[in-house]
Amino acid sequence: MQLTGAQVLLKCLEKEAVKTVFGFPGGAVIDIYDELPNFSIEHILVRHEQGAIHAADGYARATGEVGVCLVTSGPGATNAVTGIATAYMDSIPVVIFTGQVPTPLIGNDAFQEVDIVGITRPCTKHNYLVKDVRDLARVVKQAFYLARSGRPGPVLVDLPKDVLQATCTFEYPRNVRMRSYNPNMRPHAGQTRKVARLLQEAERPLIYSGGGVLSARAHRELTWLARRLSIPVTSTLMGLGAFPGDDELWLGMLGMHGTYAANMAVNNCDLLLAIGARFDDRVTGKVNTFAPKATIVHVDIDPTSIQKNVAVHVPLVADCKSALSALKEELEPGLDVPAWQEKHETWVKQVRSWAEEHPLTYAPSENGRIKPQFVVEKIYEITKGEAIIATEVGQNQMWAAQFYRFRTPNSFLSSGGLGTMGYGFPAAMGAQKAFPEKLVINIAGDGSIQMCIQEMATVVCNNLPVKIVILNNGYLGMVRQWQELFYKKNYCQTCMDAQPDFVRLAEAYGAEGYRITETKDVEPVLREAFASDKPAIVDVRVEKEENVYPMVPAGASLTEMLLV
Amino acid sequence: MKHTLSVTVENEPGVLSRVAGLFSGRGFNIESLNVGPTLEPGVSRMTITTEGDEQIIEQIVKQLRKLVTVIKVRDLTELKAVSREMVLVKVNAEEGKRAEILRITDIFRCKVVDVSLDEMTIECTGDAGKLEAIIDLLTRFGIKELARTGATALKRAKQ
Repeated sequence: MQLTGAQVLLKCLEKEAVKTVFGFPGGAVIDIYDELPNFSIEHILVRHEQGAIHAADGYARATGEVGVCLVTSGPGATNAVTGIATAYMDSIPVVIFTGQVPTPLIGNDAFQEVDIVGITRPCTKHNYLVKDVRDLARVVKQAFYLARSGRPGPVLVDLPKDVLQATCTFEYPRNVRMRSYNPNMRPHAGQTRKVARLLQEAERPLIYSGGGVLSARAHRELTWLARRLSIPVTSTLMGLGAFPGDDELWLGMLGMHGTYAANMAVNNCDLLLAIGARFDDRVTGKVNTFAPKATIVHVDIDPTSIQKNVAVHVPLVADCKSALSALKEELEPGLDVPAWQEKHETWVKQVRSWAEEHPLTYAPSENGRIKPQFVVEKIYEITKGEAIIATEVGQNQMWAAQFYRFRTPNSFLSSGGLGTMGYGFPAAMGAQKAFPEKLVINIAGDGSIQMCIQEMATVVCNNLPVKIVILNNGYLGMVRQWQELFYKKNYCQTCMDAQPDFVRLAEAYGAEGYRITETKDVEPVLREAFASDKPAIVDVRVEKEENVYPMVPAGASLTEMLLV
Repeated sequence: MKHTLSVTVENEPGVLSRVAGLFSGRGFNIESLNVGPTLEPGVSRMTITTEGDEQIIEQIVKQLRKLVTVIKVRDLTELKAVSREMVLVKVNAEEGKRAEILRITDIFRCKVVDVSLDEMTIECTGDAGKLEAIIDLLTRFGIKELARTGATALKRAKQ
């Protein structure tokens, strides 16, 4: 039977078990929308394409599955670019379908034409322009395979309108064969033994885990290794949730806004086991003083991550799950847990004492204003650490990372690499779509939330009861903090106190609005908002000039922390 | 240090732009780059000469391998390889200068591929050093135009 390109595409999505597509129609993709009602795929109509791509990304992070986004040509496609770059920087599996002008018009500056394949080349794992309908099924199969395998990432497929209208017979390929793409999943046996030996020899080992552990679903293996061998764990922003945040061995995040204990541990460990992390500048601070006493082992699926920023002694190229399983196999026979505990006792005590000396904390309020950190602590208490938390970018993100103790994987959705303001709310929307029964909270700032606020309409009409908690300080807080600390308090263009009435805004969209101005109201009002089955904005008026501490100034060594 | 990379790629639209974009986007240098088909249908070979310290070259090689359309990357610098480049030089050749130009051409085993009353175009093939040498010698006659292909290279056979 002959199918049109649009039908082929939707068939492929069914074959890939795609349940939800986040999208926005337009001239170049009408053919797909025309067929959509005939297929089992649910479409969430967003209000801006950036919302669609972030939602697909949030869906992917929360489920571990590939998120799917569908937009039209030209502005539809360019509006998605920020979200594509966001997913790329954080290695999130997303497939983006963009409409394109008919092939005979490509290159003619046609209406709503843009070279989206050219534009997204540096911010996708790979991308395709489909010129022949007979290639479509193979390309879609490859796109999903590429997005989820190896180091995951976004893959874009550009679909000219005439290709969507042309017909061919449909056959979905069973396998993908690409001679030029063979990610190395299994760790080298010799290197694995070497790492096991280093672990046995080390006196002060430290695990530094990252987002790679989550994308490989290796949290159990990580926890096994840390607990059985009694090794303290710190992680990057992207790695939060892979190791339980209430464990004795957990040190909190490291780096610029990392804990005192984590940064001191990095500085004093004799073995640093980096797993699925990439030594980002926000983590390392000054590179040549990073982990100065340590032998560094780096487990990563992407060879380009190794030796990119920091010279490592033992690289282990593999998927984190395979690598950690191989290490387990190497270490498990005859494993003497008490002996390991004893071996690391002094070190673990030392690390704990750092944590006690300078725990994550904040000065109590002097003027009765609500402390933003307190709000996050309350959110943690109320939800018992079981909510899915999305964040925007800036102070709200750091406080969420510091004061919400993530216990389960895929429960923290945040734009780490690109730092995209406006990410959190649509990402929360995507996660809520995947888990209608779960409590999904976006911890936001008053600046960030306004970047994708239009999706309020989407959550209301799709019954996605996302809760937005705005830590409202009337500033672009993180930039203001830098201005305060490093630019002589020249608060140029960071005061944003001209803002909408968020409560009435929520109500105008048909959601619930709450405002909290006093500390005593924080808990009861949050409880009320979280208990409701409607989407809600909770506008919390917090201390205006609160800073995120600890802080390592950009380019300084990790030990040069500014503390509370 | 200068490195010569031999890169086989899927011959499909955009592949050159992916490679060139990788270099520009990550701040690597391309000294020369040339592309041509190989014996295998659908596969092209790019020969890229680039410069950088060991760590940068390692990154370049790995980043190239990471591109989905790149099949194989080989750094020929460390291996025994033959590398050749061609140059076309259009040089002033008025009456009285031609004999000397022809002598140089002869010594370098070059070919005259075009001639007019006052110009000659010379084709020369060799490694970069040889080309530099002949360009140097011809400079004093006045070079009007020059076109170089950039190096292309193959690993030597095992002996």
